[in-house]
Amino acid sequence: MKSSADLQAIPQHELDKLMPQPFGKRGMWWVIVLSAVCVVGIVAYVRQLMYGLSVTGLRDYASWGIYISNFVFFVAVSLVGSLITAILRISNVTWSAPLTRIAEIIAVSSIVFASVIIVVDMGRPERFMNLFIYGRLQSPILWDVIVITTYMALSVLLLYFPLLPDLAIVLKSGKLKRRLRKLYEFLGTFWIGTPEQHRIKEKAINLLSIIIIPVALAIHTVTSWLFATTYRPGWDSTNFGAYFVSGAFLVGAGAVVVAMYAIRRAYSLEFFITERHFDRMGKLLVMLSLLYLYFNINEYLVPVFKMKKSEAEHLSSLFTGEFSLIFWPVIFISMVLPVIVLLFPAGRRPLPMFVIGILVVVGAWFKRFLIVTPTLLHPFLPMTDVPESYKHYFPTWEEWAITMGSLAGALLIVTMFIRLFPILPIDDIIKGEGYEKESA
Amino acid sequence: MNAIPHADIDRRKFLGKLLDKGSNPFDGVEEVQETGEKVKLLSVDGFVVEIDKAYLKPVPELPAASPIDSRKGIEGKQFVMVIDLSRCKNLKKCQTACNKMHFVSEGQNWVKIYSMKESEHTAPYWQPTTCMHCDEPPCVKVCPVDATFKRQDGVVLIDNDRCIGCRFCMAACPYSTRVFNWDAPILPKESAQQAYSPETSCPPKIGTVGKCDFCPDMVRKNELPHCVSACPNGVFFFGDINEDTVTNGSETVRFSELVRDKSGYRLMEDLGTKPRVYYLPPVDRLFKYEDGLKQ
Repeated sequence: MKSSADLQAIPQHELDKLMPQPFGKRGMWWVIVLSAVCVVGIVAYVRQLMYGLSVTGLRDYASWGIYISNFVFFVAVSLVGSLITAILRISNVTWSAPLTRIAEIIAVSSIVFASVIIVVDMGRPERFMNLFIYGRLQSPILWDVIVITTYMALSVLLLYFPLLPDLAIVLKSGKLKRRLRKLYEFLGTFWIGTPEQHRIKEKAINLLSIIIIPVALAIHTVTSWLFATTYRPGWDSTNFGAYFVSGAFLVGAGAVVVAMYAIRRAYSLEFFITERHFDRMGKLLVMLSLLYLYFNINEYLVPVFKMKKSEAEHLSSLFTGEFSLIFWPVIFISMVLPVIVLLFPAGRRPLPMFVIGILVVVGAWFKRFLIVTPTLLHPFLPMTDVPESYKHYFPTWEEWAITMGSLAGALLIVTMFIRLFPILPIDDIIKGEGYEKESA
Repeated sequence: MNAIPHADIDRRKFLGKLLDKGSNPFDGVEEVQETGEKVKLLSVDGFVVEIDKAYLKPVPELPAASPIDSRKGIEGKQFVMVIDLSRCKNLKKCQTACNKMHFVSEGQNWVKIYSMKESEHTAPYWQPTTCMHCDEPPCVKVCPVDATFKRQDGVVLIDNDRCIGCRFCMAACPYSTRVFNWDAPILPKESAQQAYSPETSCPPKIGTVGKCDFCPDMVRKNELPHCVSACPNGVFFFGDINEDTVTNGSETVRFSELVRDKSGYRLMEDLGTKPRVYYLPPVDRLFKYEDGLKQ
């Protein structure tokens, strides 16, 4: 915490930028495009509801496709909330404080759409309640239902509690339109900022930060168990939990880099999100890329050394076969390239970081596809007595539309949140947390 | 078998109506105009009786087992199947019969016939597969809603009224035996209207998983599963471990002796799934492998 002399160092016009602002022209277009993509996704889903999953490219062998890999992607991205907010917080890292809310809203919107997309994948979505009526605890799906709802609740609280003092600050500024003021009053009039309230808030956030770490590890470990609890080559791996968690931290950190660049540009927040933040996020990305690379080597090279008959076909399809044109680019753009570029200080400047962030996120999406589908297309018994179309998997336009719609939906939640609430924690910044001058 | 004097009232129907609240079991006993033409019948207590033909009425199909009975299974039975690979020549009569009786969708099969060749120098052979009805079923383990279950008689069934269509069981099954109703199944009108039973797997339902059910509805009628009776070469033997007997319809043999004498084995034993389907190796074959290619 800094002295009061330092606090006055933040000019008022910079603080004003932290207030929620109406969309500019670019912002409007952004929202319109995202909404349009969502609408196309909804149209495609209505078709799927009418005609069943036959509108997808899924068939008996490739019975899980991009819905499931997109689900894994969302769960992975959502892990970043716990990384930036909780893990860095309890290790007393303060530089990341301005990024916590960005990370937390990404976590909330991703976990919401993870739940949405898993319902989309169901053949009988109207029987969703069967999970609660007839739920059986020995099924990994039930474990996933339990940990994901828990994580969602904790993430919402971790978003909400730090927001309380900011709600009061924004309310006091008197710049809110009537309806928005109603929302703010509904969410936070009870906050008057007494020392006792601050104490309880800090205690609650600390407690949540500790609880959310095992839950975050659990959501992605359990998601990996949806695959690892089967016998299939490519999934039957004891490495899977750690492999998934490390990949999740990487893609989440990549998503935060992309978001912090975009938000910084859109609202001219260079004063608060500094090059030092990019520099440090860059170093974090290097570490996470190396970590993920390490688990990938374990996951692929050890089985390759043995080339067990059941694994061999699957592995060669990834290494040299029909999936190799996705497999190697993914390894390169989302694991190797970040390490190479970000090791250099020039690579950790905002623009190259933004580009690498996008590559990491896009690579991560395709990586989830490579985890789900190739395995299903290499069953133990050869694919027999099925039409030719069953032996391959090409997602249909409905699947792409729904998937893109869900991604746009997640971005829309983040965008609307930024429109309605301060995206940087004003209270923390005023108190000097994470706001560092170059000399600090 | 198809005729019971009407006046005596069909016992099953009578009991059925007793269970069916609100209906009088004596309903439907109407006056019949006698034709004078007599037929001889064997009564339940062993007497040959003669009755007028006018009293003959076909016994309605037994109502399929209720969802609750379907979950319990048939008491005292432990069903098992033996597939003799030395007799199979890829005729696919089993598959055709099964698909027809279960309204399996176009392009899908519950019974698949694999052309197998383990390695370069080993002989090729034909391998029909049904559901293995594992004693440690991976599909049942992962089902989140208890829609697929293991019964006391060893059969693994699916309740298509409960299945949420998550397809985790399909990912879990190492034998790739499960199929999914991606489309609405095409059904004749009377089948579409029949009451659903997990034992008949009929009518199949869109958005849910299907698979070989060991035809417990046929077993309840003292008949063999469709694949068994359809195979002209007697490849499939079906029976009960408790009775230590399996039959392909024409030959009835001791299960333990058959599996012992012909070195029976199960598929993917190393996975620990404990299948209920045993295979007899393709030795002393009735047909050459190549005969199967001509189909």
